[in-house]
Amino acid sequence: MRRRTFLLAGLGAGGALVFGWSLTPPRQRLHGRTRPLTEGGTIALNGWLMIAPDDTVTVVSPKAEMGQGIHTALAMLIAEELSCEWAKVRTVHSPIDRIYNNIAAIVDGLPIHSDLDDHLAVRGVRWLTAKMMREVGVMMTGGSSSVRDCWTIARQAGATAREALVLAASARSGVPVADCRVQSGVVICGRQRFRFGELVADAATQRPTEVRLKAPSEFQLIGKPMPRLDARDKARGTATFGIDVRPAGVRYAAVAMAPAADMKPVSFDEAAARARPGVLDVVPLAGSPFGDRPGVAVIADSWWRAKQALAAMPISWSPTAHTQLSDTTITAKLLTAVSREGGLPFRSVGEGREVLTGASRVLEATYEAPYLAHATMEPMNATVLVENKAVTVWTGTQVPGFARKAASTIAGVDEEQVTLHQQLLGGGFGRRLDVDYIAQATAVAKAMPGVPIQLIWSREDDFRHDFYRPAAVSHLRAAINGGALAGIVARSASQAPFREYSKRVGLVFTTAGPDRTTAEGTWDQPYEIPSLHVTHADVELPIPVGSWRSVGHSHQAFFYESFLDEIAAALKTDPLRFRLGLLERHTRAARVLRMAADRAGWSEAPGEAPDGQPIARGVALHFSFGTLVAHVAEVSISPAREIRVHRIVCAVDCGLVVNPDGAAQQVEGAILDGLGTALHGALRIEQGQVTTRNFDGSRPLRLPEVPRLEVHFVPSTDTPTGLGEPALPGVAPAVANAVFRLTGYRLRALPLRLPPEPI
Amino acid sequence: MNRMSRSTYTLQLNGESVSCTAEADMPLLWVLRDVLNRTGTRFGCGAGLCGACTVHVDGVPTRACVTPIQAVASQPITTIEGVDGRVATAVQDAWTKLNVAQCGYCQAGQVMSAIALLAKTPTPSDDDIDAAMQGNLCRCGAYPRIRAAIRTAAESLR
Repeated sequence: MRRRTFLLAGLGAGGALVFGWSLTPPRQRLHGRTRPLTEGGTIALNGWLMIAPDDTVTVVSPKAEMGQGIHTALAMLIAEELSCEWAKVRTVHSPIDRIYNNIAAIVDGLPIHSDLDDHLAVRGVRWLTAKMMREVGVMMTGGSSSVRDCWTIARQAGATAREALVLAASARSGVPVADCRVQSGVVICGRQRFRFGELVADAATQRPTEVRLKAPSEFQLIGKPMPRLDARDKARGTATFGIDVRPAGVRYAAVAMAPAADMKPVSFDEAAARARPGVLDVVPLAGSPFGDRPGVAVIADSWWRAKQALAAMPISWSPTAHTQLSDTTITAKLLTAVSREGGLPFRSVGEGREVLTGASRVLEATYEAPYLAHATMEPMNATVLVENKAVTVWTGTQVPGFARKAASTIAGVDEEQVTLHQQLLGGGFGRRLDVDYIAQATAVAKAMPGVPIQLIWSREDDFRHDFYRPAAVSHLRAAINGGALAGIVARSASQAPFREYSKRVGLVFTTAGPDRTTAEGTWDQPYEIPSLHVTHADVELPIPVGSWRSVGHSHQAFFYESFLDEIAAALKTDPLRFRLGLLERHTRAARVLRMAADRAGWSEAPGEAPDGQPIARGVALHFSFGTLVAHVAEVSISPAREIRVHRIVCAVDCGLVVNPDGAAQQVEGAILDGLGTALHGALRIEQGQVTTRNFDGSRPLRLPEVPRLEVHFVPSTDTPTGLGEPALPGVAPAVANAVFRLTGYRLRALPLRLPPEPI
Repeated sequence: MNRMSRSTYTLQLNGESVSCTAEADMPLLWVLRDVLNRTGTRFGCGAGLCGACTVHVDGVPTRACVTPIQAVASQPITTIEGVDGRVATAVQDAWTKLNVAQCGYCQAGQVMSAIALLAKTPTPSDDDIDAAMQGNLCRCGAYPRIRAAIRTAAESLR
């Protein structure tokens, strides 16, 4: 925002195609090597937008639409600067190209405390990392990074295209550029008016040299609640997902996968499967480093017939060495790990762990969180056609580049020989950052060259073969001196999800070193605690783990924000006042916290539930993905000792809000994801195998349980920060803190369950 | 082996007679999706637990994933592709106006359940809405807007 004018010297549409890729500066994210697909006279003015002769503006989105509304938000950024007619805007997914690499997710994911953001060395490290990521980075939708990542480049793309259209209109009309103006898809040059569609062919040859971006005060679209571009198609059921593609001659595959990490099929009765109707082939699968396990697939003319044939085929599996591994023994293992000294230090300030030695009083607590499955509503699936030296993939993925790499590796062709058709995602939540199902579908399709094969997992496959949020425990100690908090020593233990993910997909620069996602949510919070010492012990276990919406924050926020509440109670301080006292220099955080408390009526009595049971409020504040979120939850306990949540008030500071309605939708969704998993989320593991099989085993939130939600955004013109995840982590502690106020009982394990008898 | 033999069924689907060949126990969901290529009805759980596959059989919301084709072969079946009329329009307009959908995968099922509710109970109470919609899961958490959209649709039908 400091520099609203940028130069594009020597970089026309033609020039960009042959431009070398040595250390490309930000503006060179405008033009890719792969041009977006165009048809019917539609012309791409850069890698981010195309215009058709009928004035249709097609926004080219490198970000996967998985429900977060990014296609609408990205279209708003581009349309704002392009000044086109909103009704003419549509969106498509982009091809794979380096210009679409995600810079923000990596740069903002560096393990640097936000207190150091303005430090010169930190800015240098971020600048260098960004430069590197433009070269070797990853095309990725995740880490609540999409708006952050596209905020500047998308507006530059719109503004540059607008300037090209103005230059074209000026050349055609003879009216000087300074006297031309753009309004709603039309360039007005004196008395002459030219529609964008009339100008686009000429505009493609223009080379704007200087382009100015609007100041926030000039925004017409950004900051206004805009309807989602996909709302009607999704209400009518006409929006199509990966599972809905039907290339000519498509056949379907069902798969049986090794139940434990070290198992593989020893033998199977192929003839039994082949005797079933519609069966075309039986394919043994070796598994791959992308995370798909060994198994057997059946191909048939419908998925149900393939699944029936699979069920009719006895498979004998090799034994597992993990017969003693269960969710209970894993928790015990994590508790042992957390009780030992050592581990990776993430932050040590003040006296560090020495603060405990001189403390007049030490508070101590151990918290636990279970594994969680993603359970996207659309089960994992991919459709793959393997031909001689060419592979075509239709799927929904958060990482198109890794998806292409998986298909090329398994099919044994060059990456350039793989064409990926990105589809809408029926939910992501981090599950579709992995490409195991794409590797597996390619392995199956290889058995029937020339035939598109749609591999679909059953819900049981989906629950049992996920890359789960790791189970985690945390041991927290607080040093109290003279009636005040002197320091916190936190030590957690879990598997390292991002490191394990990096190994699966071959993301080399994060396969070694500390995994920041393990301890994020504790060491990186804004509280001014005189001494803080945060360590994490990595534990290796044969359960696959990955990124689950908000990753480490999802459980670390529960641990930390609950423990802060314990400290407030021990000091006999109001939990809100206690937190505000730790935020004297962090005014942005204090403002969010106050906003949630004020809107919730913190100082007033919370009243009672419809059945007369008392209601209490709990509060939590959390910082993640650059965004501050405060929750106040109103909770009562039913006579059957069930936790009931009546109302959640949420305040958010995510910088400038691009689409207030879309943003509210994300916050609502994240709150309910957080609430559902806080109340019900768990995963059963026995003998090294996940035994939770379907929605009856891991109960998601249902409509009757949904509380009243109130979402408030702090008005801001700062650069936008993350939003898809930040409203999730604080829900569990806000609810648990309310339960404590009601019952005096401190819930230290997820999911939140009260013991049967009142304490 | 009788279960494996295929029969030809003439379905009353979205107001048309549609012929298909399937085993008697093949679920309606897979007849729709793989035999007839009507992909608007979605596969979510295969066990009647999530509601993504909700269709109307004689106007009654029904989970297509656990409904054998044989059981519904003679009854009128309506899928998301075939809904029309005042109630359907009111529901889909409210869904659009309130930006209900996020990923949208479950929404065809949600919309089918909502249409069935309002067709039978034009002014539903909160309890009516809870009862009619509690079998439709949404992992994106569109629930508050689903509730609001049903109220908006009911209002517009008055």
